[in-house]
Amino acid sequence: MIELTVNGTKYQVDVVPQMPLLWVLRDELGITSAKYGCGIAQCGACTVHVDGRAVRSCQAPVGAISGKPITTIEGLSNGDLHPVQKAWIEHQVPQCGYCQIGQIMQAVSFLELKPDPTDEDIDLVMSGNLCRCGTYARIRTAIHAAAAKMAER
Amino acid sequence: MGALPDISRRAFLIGSTAVAGGVAFGSFVAQAEQVAAPAPAANPLAAGLGPNAVAFNPWVEIGPDKITLIAQHADIGQGVGSIQVVLIAEELDLDPGQFEIRFAGPSPAYFNTGFADEFAPFLAADHSEAAEAARAATLEYLRKTGLQMTGGSSTIPDTYEKLRMAGAVARETLKAAAAERIGMPVADLRTGSGQVILPDGTTIPYVHLAADAARIPPVTAVTLRDASRWRMVGRPMERLDIRPKVTGEMKFGIDLKLDGMVFASVKLNPNKGQPITAYDASRAVGMPGVKTVLKLTNGIAVIATNSWYAMKAAEAVDCVWAPSPYPAEQADHWKVLGASFAPEFLGKEWRKTGDIDAGLKTGTRVEAEYRAPYLAHAPLEPLNGIALVTERGMDVWLGHQSPQSVQQIAAAAAGLKPEQVTFHNQWTGGSFGHRLEFENVRVLAEIADQMRGTPVKLVFSREEDFLQDIPRQIAIARYRGSVADGKIVAADLQLASTAPLKGLLERMGTPSKDPDEQLKVGIWNVYYDIPNFRAASYEARGLSPCTTWRSVGASTAGFFTESFIDELIHAAGLDPLEARIAMCSVPNYRKVLETVGEMANWQGPLGNGKGRGVAFVESFGTPVAEIVEVTATARGIKIDKVWVAADVGKVVDPVNFENMVQGGIVWGLGHAVNCELTYADGAVQQTNYHHHEAMRMYQCPVIEVRGLENDRKVRGIGEPPVPPAAAALANAIFAATGQRIREMPFNKSIDFV
Repeated sequence: MIELTVNGTKYQVDVVPQMPLLWVLRDELGITSAKYGCGIAQCGACTVHVDGRAVRSCQAPVGAISGKPITTIEGLSNGDLHPVQKAWIEHQVPQCGYCQIGQIMQAVSFLELKPDPTDEDIDLVMSGNLCRCGTYARIRTAIHAAAAKMAER
Repeated sequence: MGALPDISRRAFLIGSTAVAGGVAFGSFVAQAEQVAAPAPAANPLAAGLGPNAVAFNPWVEIGPDKITLIAQHADIGQGVGSIQVVLIAEELDLDPGQFEIRFAGPSPAYFNTGFADEFAPFLAADHSEAAEAARAATLEYLRKTGLQMTGGSSTIPDTYEKLRMAGAVARETLKAAAAERIGMPVADLRTGSGQVILPDGTTIPYVHLAADAARIPPVTAVTLRDASRWRMVGRPMERLDIRPKVTGEMKFGIDLKLDGMVFASVKLNPNKGQPITAYDASRAVGMPGVKTVLKLTNGIAVIATNSWYAMKAAEAVDCVWAPSPYPAEQADHWKVLGASFAPEFLGKEWRKTGDIDAGLKTGTRVEAEYRAPYLAHAPLEPLNGIALVTERGMDVWLGHQSPQSVQQIAAAAAGLKPEQVTFHNQWTGGSFGHRLEFENVRVLAEIADQMRGTPVKLVFSREEDFLQDIPRQIAIARYRGSVADGKIVAADLQLASTAPLKGLLERMGTPSKDPDEQLKVGIWNVYYDIPNFRAASYEARGLSPCTTWRSVGASTAGFFTESFIDELIHAAGLDPLEARIAMCSVPNYRKVLETVGEMANWQGPLGNGKGRGVAFVESFGTPVAEIVEVTATARGIKIDKVWVAADVGKVVDPVNFENMVQGGIVWGLGHAVNCELTYADGAVQQTNYHHHEAMRMYQCPVIEVRGLENDRKVRGIGEPPVPPAAAALANAIFAATGQRIREMPFNKSIDFV
C-alpha cells in the first residue's frame, strides 16, 4: 500500500510504485480533472502540483511522491475560485477545454514564481502545455489579467 | 468535419449532381433509406419521458422537476454544446442555469439541414433560382434520409432558425396550457425566466405546467422574435461550458465511470484496416493488474484494473500483422500520387471557362508544383469509450459526430441489430475530424461483446491514437498559368489527391462512386475574374485511407491555389491585395478582402526583413481573408501578427466566434509549419506530439479578428479560417525573403523561430 495526500485527504492505494500519479488519480481515486494527453510530458494536460510546484503527473511515479502534498484543481482554493480560474472565465479561454486544467495548474505555479510576467516569460513557461484548439492568445491575456488581480491583493 | 469534422467541424459532402431540376445523390440513397423514418420523424424524446413530463419537439423536454434542452450536434470544442441550447433558451425565455444540457441520441428527427447548401452542386456565392432550387431539393433529400451528423461547419446554419423555433413552440404551448388552466386569454400572458407571467405579476414555473402542456397539441403557429429583442444570441455571453471546464467539473467521455467497470487498452495493426495474424501474450498475462488478453479482428486488447496497467501490458504483447494494402514506404505514396495525373484517375473537371490552351500560350507562363502531406488529427483527448453488453443489447458512451453510424458500426461488430445499441454521446476533448471515424467504436464493441455483463472502459494510448488515425489527404498540385499586360490571363488548376470524403462514406457503409466533392473545394470556387480557367481533380488509388481533417479539401487546395495566385500576381507585377480585390467577382467577398486590408493598414512591401502575405478562401460558404506578417530573423521566420476578416452573415456567438477564428489560424499555421505523417513499413512514424507538434505558445502570433454580416445566409466558422492561413504565411515568407515555399511542412524549406 502506498499512502498519498491529495488536496489534504489521505488515501491508501494498492498499486505498483512505478504507476504514474496521473493514473492513480484518475482510475484509483476517481479524480479525473488531471487529463491524459500524451503520457510522455509533451502536452501538460496532466499537470498537478506536488509540494506546491507544477508537475507532469504522467511522469511522476507514485512511489516517489508518497508523503508529499499533492494538489489538483479541486484543491486549488477553498470555496472561491483562484484568480487564475476567474481570469480564465472572464476571458473565456477554453474551447474543448481538455488541456485547460493543466494550463491553469501550470499558470498558477508560474505566477507564484513570477508574479509579473512578460509575454516572453509566459511563452517560455507555457509552451510546454499544448492546446490543440489554439487558445494561446487568450491564455496569454488571462495570465496577464490574473497577475494584475493577484498584485492588487 | 475533423477538423476536428469537423466534421464537424469537418466537411461532409455527398456526391451530388443536378438532374432535371432535382438532385440525385450517388449511391447514398439506397443505404440511407435504412435509417430513414417516415417524415416527419417521430419525436425521439417521447419514449423516455417520465410521468407528467412533456417533449414539445426533439429539443425541449420539461418534467415536474427540471427542464432539459437537447443538443443534437456533438460538441468537439467548437462551443455548440452551448450555442444550440442558447438558441432554444432565447425564445423559450430561459436563463443560463435553469436547464440541463443533454446530447441527442441517434434519430432521423435530428437530420442536419445545414448540409443543404454544401451538398448542392453550386458555388456558395451563386444565389440563382437554379441554385436555390437545388438547395431546396437537397434539403428534402436530407429530410428523407435523416442523416444526423456534426460536420462541415454546419451547426449554426442548421440550427439558427430551427432551434429558436423549437423554443418558441415550447413557449407558446406552455402559455396555452397556462391559459387553459387559469381561464385567461393567451394574449394576456407573458413569459420570463422559466415562468409564465400573469397580468397581475403572478408566475407559474414552466415545470409546474409540464403535465398540462403534455395534454395539448404543441402550438406550432409561432413567429420568431426580431433580433433587436434578443437577450443572448448575437451578444457577448459566457459560453455555458466555460465554468465547468475551468473548475475541472466537466466530465469528458474519458472521465466517465460505471460501477464494476474494468479498464482496457489495445494494440492494433498499424497497417490500417488489416487483421492480426498471430500474437504471443505470455509476457503480458502475468503483469500487474492484468485480468485477461482478448483477440480482436485487428489486434489485441488487455483488460486490467487500471488503464495504465492495460497500456503497459498491451505494449508487451508481441503481434504479427497482416501487411498493408497500400505502399509500405512513404516515397512510394508520393510516386503513386504523382502518377495519378492521368485520364483514368480523373475525378472530375469541375469548372472550365474560356479557352485554357490558348490562354496558356498568351504572355508569360508560370508553372509550379505544390505538395501537402498526410496529417494526424490528434485531439488532446485520445480515442476512448465505455460499453456494456447485456441480454438486452449494448450501451455505448463516447463522444462522436455521427451517432447513427456509431449505432450501426457498434451493432455490426457485436452481432447486434442497430436498434439494440443505445448511444450516449459525450463532451469531447476536440476532434478536428477524428471523431467521425470509428477505430475506437469497432474495437470497443468487440471487447464489450467478449466481456458481456461487465462495463469496459477503453482508452487508446496516445501512440495507438496516432497509429490508428485515418489521416488528412495527401495532395499534389500541378498548376499552370499565364500573365500578360499586368493581368492574369489563364489558370489551369490540376490536383491529385487521396479522397477523404469518399473514404469516410465507405467506412460508414455508404460507398459512393461519384467524384470526391471535397477535392473541388479550393480549386473550383475561385472567385477571381480569370478569363481562361480550368479546375480538375484526380483521385489516387491504393494509398493510405484518408478522411476529413478540419477544413478537408480546402486545407490542401486552399494553400496550393492561393499561393499560386500569388505567384501569378507577382509575375504580373501587381500588389497581392489590390490585385485580389480588383479581380474578385463577388461584391461581398471583395468587402472581406478590403476589410482585412483596412485592419492591417496594408500599404505594399514593408522592407527590413518584414513581409506580409494575403490569402482568401471560401469554404463551407464562408469567405475568409487573412493577412500574415512575418519577420525574417537570424533565428528564422517569426510570425508576428495575423489579421482575419470573415463574413458569416450573422455572428451568433461573438466571443466564441473570435476564439474559433483564432484557433483556426493556430491550427492552419502550426500544421503548415512543422507537421507531417510519413509511412515506413506500413505504419506512420509519428506517434506522439514531439513528432507532430503544430503550434505552441511561443510561436503564436497576435491574431486580430473581424466578423462581417453581409452574407444573406448564416454561415459556420469552425473550419473556414483554416485554409487561407498556410497560403498567407507562405506568401508572407515570399514577401520577406523572396523564397517561395511550395511544400508542407514549411520547416523542410526554411527555419522558424
